[in-house]
Amino acid sequence: MSALVIRDLHKRFGATDVLKGINLDIDNGDFTVLVGPSGCGKSTLLNIIAGLETATAGDIEIDGRVVNAIPPKDRDIAMVFQTYALYPSMTVRQNITFGMECRNVPKPQQATALERVAKLLQIEPLLARKPAQLSGGQRQRVAMGRALVRDPKLFLFDEPLSNLDAKLRVEMRMEIKQLHARIGASIVYVTHDQIEAMTMATRIAVMHQGEIQQFADPDTIYNRPANLFVARFMGAPPMNTIPARLEAHAGRPVVVVGDTHLPAPPSIAPEWLGKPVILGIRPECIAEPTRQFGDGTAPSLTITAPVEMTEPTGAETIVVLRLGGTKILARVAPDIRLVPGAPATFAVDARKLCLFDPQTERLIA
Amino acid sequence: MRDASLSRALLYAVAFLLAFLYLIPLAVVLLNSLRTAEEIVQTSMIGWPRVWAFQNYTAAWADFCIAQTCSGIRPYMLNSALVTLPATLLSTLLGAVAGYAISLWRFKGDTWIFALVTLGVFLPEQMRLIPWTIVLRDVGLTNTLAGLVMIHTVQGLSFTTLFCRNYYIAIPADLMKAAKIDGAGFFRIFYRIVLPLSPPILIVTVIWQFTGIWNEFLYGVTFTTGTQQPVTAALIALSASVADVPQHGVQSAAVVIAALPTLLVYLFGGRYFVRGLTAGAVK
Repeated sequence: MSALVIRDLHKRFGATDVLKGINLDIDNGDFTVLVGPSGCGKSTLLNIIAGLETATAGDIEIDGRVVNAIPPKDRDIAMVFQTYALYPSMTVRQNITFGMECRNVPKPQQATALERVAKLLQIEPLLARKPAQLSGGQRQRVAMGRALVRDPKLFLFDEPLSNLDAKLRVEMRMEIKQLHARIGASIVYVTHDQIEAMTMATRIAVMHQGEIQQFADPDTIYNRPANLFVARFMGAPPMNTIPARLEAHAGRPVVVVGDTHLPAPPSIAPEWLGKPVILGIRPECIAEPTRQFGDGTAPSLTITAPVEMTEPTGAETIVVLRLGGTKILARVAPDIRLVPGAPATFAVDARKLCLFDPQTERLIA
Repeated sequence: MRDASLSRALLYAVAFLLAFLYLIPLAVVLLNSLRTAEEIVQTSMIGWPRVWAFQNYTAAWADFCIAQTCSGIRPYMLNSALVTLPATLLSTLLGAVAGYAISLWRFKGDTWIFALVTLGVFLPEQMRLIPWTIVLRDVGLTNTLAGLVMIHTVQGLSFTTLFCRNYYIAIPADLMKAAKIDGAGFFRIFYRIVLPLSPPILIVTVIWQFTGIWNEFLYGVTFTTGTQQPVTAALIALSASVADVPQHGVQSAAVVIAALPTLLVYLFGGRYFVRGLTAGAVK
């Protein structure tokens, strides 16, 4: 059964199309992350799912029920906001029980639900405090408590970690992921941070300019991006995209970049032979020559290219090199010392090459 | 160094001079309120009391004659209170609800309504005299305190709506969204979430409305006569009723008494007023 179905959803603000025909089908228990740059329409989509904004056209179905005309409070959803949105004049306890108070839930039942959530999130000592007396992480926890206490069909998260500092963000990321694993709730989570999307999601919807570019599991999104936008948006540093040509050498299709020849993915259609393509290759698929990719069975393949610059990060070193006139990035082991200006040899993981159509920018192999 | 202290001294000298000039009228009224009428007439309007005439205050309060009624300004003070208190509370409360609706429940045409409401701030009083005369006649509230309450409530709405709207606009949109998802409606959000955040701006509007309505003169003197007048209008009748010896002492005492409520409001609420005006976003 689907927790959430969105059918052909449009949203127009005056003359601007904010959402252009969104279709999504989210299974029960899925952790779906809507990710995209700011202005891509992901927050608008979330607000429409919540019922805080109305769509221009299209249907929203939550747990098998069309909710287009149903107000937010009756959609059986809960939402966690970027700014936490805790009621400043209420204590933590009142913040969490306010929703039940509005629904006239009997007091003893409220107390039981409050106790359960407070224990789950370990916020029992904070119940009598006001939001102003809490740290950022504690506020975030209370905001989640307010959502969890209602036990809704669908949880909506609107960039909940953006206001936290880097360290706390990583901690809360893990906590939310564990929480999802424990309670198995259906979650729609909006973020602009592709790392959050990769680490937490069971499904990712990459959005750009009011359209869903790709909706798939994190592995597919990362390794088989549907188009150049997804390839360049996901991953830090992003996928290298290099203008190339597809040619036949000894009866096999080969990607030619300058003087470098790489075996084309076997799935490439023969009509692309002799045509320009865009080669996509992740920086971590270009490494020091001794690197064994996968379990060691991957075919070994090396390229030689001039090094322009190195950026040691400690855990690894990012190398800027030039391949066929395009600057690309590689990630080598931190103990490898490369001399800028001199050519060097790199191992390439040929299994992970992607090819894109330069015109439509879609993945072709 | 010497230049700095010299210019500082000059600065203080100018400041004291200006403060002195500004306070002269108050000083004259205060001093005259404690002098007998004979003393003022025989010497000058400006002077230190030879004998402290505290009886001026009891006379002004309880038995001085104003327009054939010899009960001092006490009944008129009561009139003013009966107009000012309800009108202040009503206009503040309605303004808070209106400001809340305009700022946090956006609807089509809300900016136009807001513009129309705030236009009232800029309309001169005199322009509204005739319309109010017609309204008071039609609803049958001519020469009543209730009529004045209605006028001040309606007119005060322009200010109170403006103040509250500008304050509430800083309430984060997410707070409203969270409350709507939690299942709270228009009034529950107002009294459970918005109102508890409002004391700074409510203090400002209450002080503003109280002083404005208490000191208001034109409507009081135009729409009420005799025993229905607020104290500002009665003060004029008091000075006009004196036929023989000018009773400057008692008149001054009456002025001081009439000014006392707003003075007290300022003394006790002034710092909240300044704080409320500068209080910004609700965090």
